[in-house]
Amino acid sequence: MQRSLVLDPKKCTGCMQCEMACSLENEGYVVPARSRIRVFAFHDEGRYAPFTCTQCSEAWCLHACPVEAITIDASTGAKVVHDTVCVGCKVCTIACPFGTINYASNSGKVIKCDLCGGEPACAHACPTGAITYQDADQTGLDRMRRWAGESLSSATAQ
Amino acid sequence: MQHVIIGNGPAGVVAADTLRKADPQASIILLGDEPEPPYGRMAIPYLLEGNIDEAGTHLRRDADHFTRHDIELRQGRVTSVDTEASELTLDGGDSLGFDHLLIATGSRPNRPPIPGIDDPRVQTCWTLADARAIAQLADKDAEVVLLGAGFIGCIVLEALAARGVKLTVVEMADRMVARMLDANAGSMLGTWCEQHGVSVRTGVSVTGVDGSGERLDVSLDDGSSLPAQLLILAAGVRPNIDFLDGSGIETDNGILVDECLHTSKPGIFAAGDVAQGRDFSTGHRMVHAIQPVAADQGRCAAMNMAVHPTAYPGGLAMNVLSTLGLVSCSFGAWDGVDGGDSTQLLDRERFRYLNLQFAADRLVGATGIGLTEHVGALRGLIQSRQRLGPWKARLQRDPTRIMEALVGCSVQL
Ligand SMILES: Cc1cc2nc3c(=O)[nH]c(=O)nc-3n(C[C@H](O)[C@H](O)[C@H](O)COP(=O)(O)OP(=O)(O)OC[C@H]3O[C@@H](n4cnc5c(N)ncnc54)[C@H](O)[C@@H]3O)c2cc1C
Repeated sequence: MQRSLVLDPKKCTGCMQCEMACSLENEGYVVPARSRIRVFAFHDEGRYAPFTCTQCSEAWCLHACPVEAITIDASTGAKVVHDTVCVGCKVCTIACPFGTINYASNSGKVIKCDLCGGEPACAHACPTGAITYQDADQTGLDRMRRWAGESLSSATAQ
Repeated sequence: MQHVIIGNGPAGVVAADTLRKADPQASIILLGDEPEPPYGRMAIPYLLEGNIDEAGTHLRRDADHFTRHDIELRQGRVTSVDTEASELTLDGGDSLGFDHLLIATGSRPNRPPIPGIDDPRVQTCWTLADARAIAQLADKDAEVVLLGAGFIGCIVLEALAARGVKLTVVEMADRMVARMLDANAGSMLGTWCEQHGVSVRTGVSVTGVDGSGERLDVSLDDGSSLPAQLLILAAGVRPNIDFLDGSGIETDNGILVDECLHTSKPGIFAAGDVAQGRDFSTGHRMVHAIQPVAADQGRCAAMNMAVHPTAYPGGLAMNVLSTLGLVSCSFGAWDGVDGGDSTQLLDRERFRYLNLQFAADRLVGATGIGLTEHVGALRGLIQSRQRLGPWKARLQRDPTRIMEALVGCSVQL
């Protein structure tokens, strides 16, 4: 069974270790603004919520791409962007209803979570267990996925 | 089951791949009338910029993709469809029968009726063949006139600027991209272009082209004229539906389709630029000539062809554009709805803008300039018809918190 990132806002303290680890792993230096996982602060509720790509089965980003720059990694199930193929047209960034694929002006390409090939640096760095990588159906992303399945396009051919 | 798809652009190719998964035993024939392997028009600007070669525009990278998935690619132009006999005719006279047919023939660029427009130095920018012709003429420092500053015009503009040509844009409307951007955003884009060395002339039209000299002489209705080695036409597109005359398939601006992308004739579907289907925002049937809608409709039509009934919730207008490095985008009812309200953040100096349109406590449309982070959240909030609750007031205070609104509305905090 493929594993998923399990995100639990209740355990998140907003320490941002995940953002630092993600950018270090993927960009080679610590720049949270380039992290593929982001921690959102909800001051009114006194909460933090880590959030990233749900690797959804609809894969809006993948289908919208005009040059097949996004493919599915067979071992992890992650939707992965191939930098050498991406032309930087940004259509995936508007097609993804979760807002989790972003254009990076420094590289002229888009970036998204690829589960670090099966060893997600964010989960490794999280000190409180708010981000774990598990064989689980009940992931924090599940609700999000259901939300998408129910309320968005029913064109979910996969 | 014999599935035939006319048109091998994104709608046709996504449909063929989806059909193969949904109906593993079926025979699938994918017809196209251009000589190249199936490619994405959207990639043409990057080819012109020299970032990719022609292979980089191909919709499927693996040359054997179609053979491997037992999808028969055939070159040929369909000249008529006989809906009674379930048969179509190709330009060589051959006929081809089908059980289910998908029409995904896309659209073609308009050529406005301007005297002198048939000169070979006047080009549209729609196909790979067009791109090759443009690449021949648009050398560094060449004088180029671009007719039309709509969505496609502006995309081409960026590619031309990257080639280092001397560019003048002529637009009939009072601002750039009038059908995608509101007045604030359109005027900001105009200012940005001028500041980056591209001359933009709005509110004027081209009245004639004189090709008798070494350079074209492009005359405008304000009495002035522009010399040009190349004139590029980006004056809108229209669906490829002429071959359906007499077929009985109902058309209006495009091919009329229901919520399953079914046309007025049994077993015949349409998707992509050629289809006029339900618009998510208005509920009316509209042609959306954009890539993400073509891909979504291709998938949905294929599911229905494979007899897995699937409704399409309606095409959402959504565009993202980069103009000399300035990114703009718009979604849904960006110009607002009756009885709705809006909020915005506007910083002209720094070219930052975000306008949100609401109907009660739902987001229905948006326009952004200089926004690249989490833009998809706008689609998510609009298309899920998410009730914003306390988030509406928070967005009114700070429209940039769209991603927090999406996460806050959909994740148990
Ligand atoms: C330069 C450029 C930039 C663009 N940029 C963007 C962008 O940034 N974002 C965006 O959303 N969209 C963009 N678009 C638009 C986008 O490319 C189209 O919406 C998309 O290609 C539509 O896909 P389609 O499959 O419906 O049609 P098409 O891609 O047009 O494919 C239709 C195919 O059918 C073939 N055909 C037509 N008639 C027949 C016939 N009778 N018999 C056989 N074959 C036939 C055509 O030759 C063509 O190959 C751009 C287009 C261009 C030209």
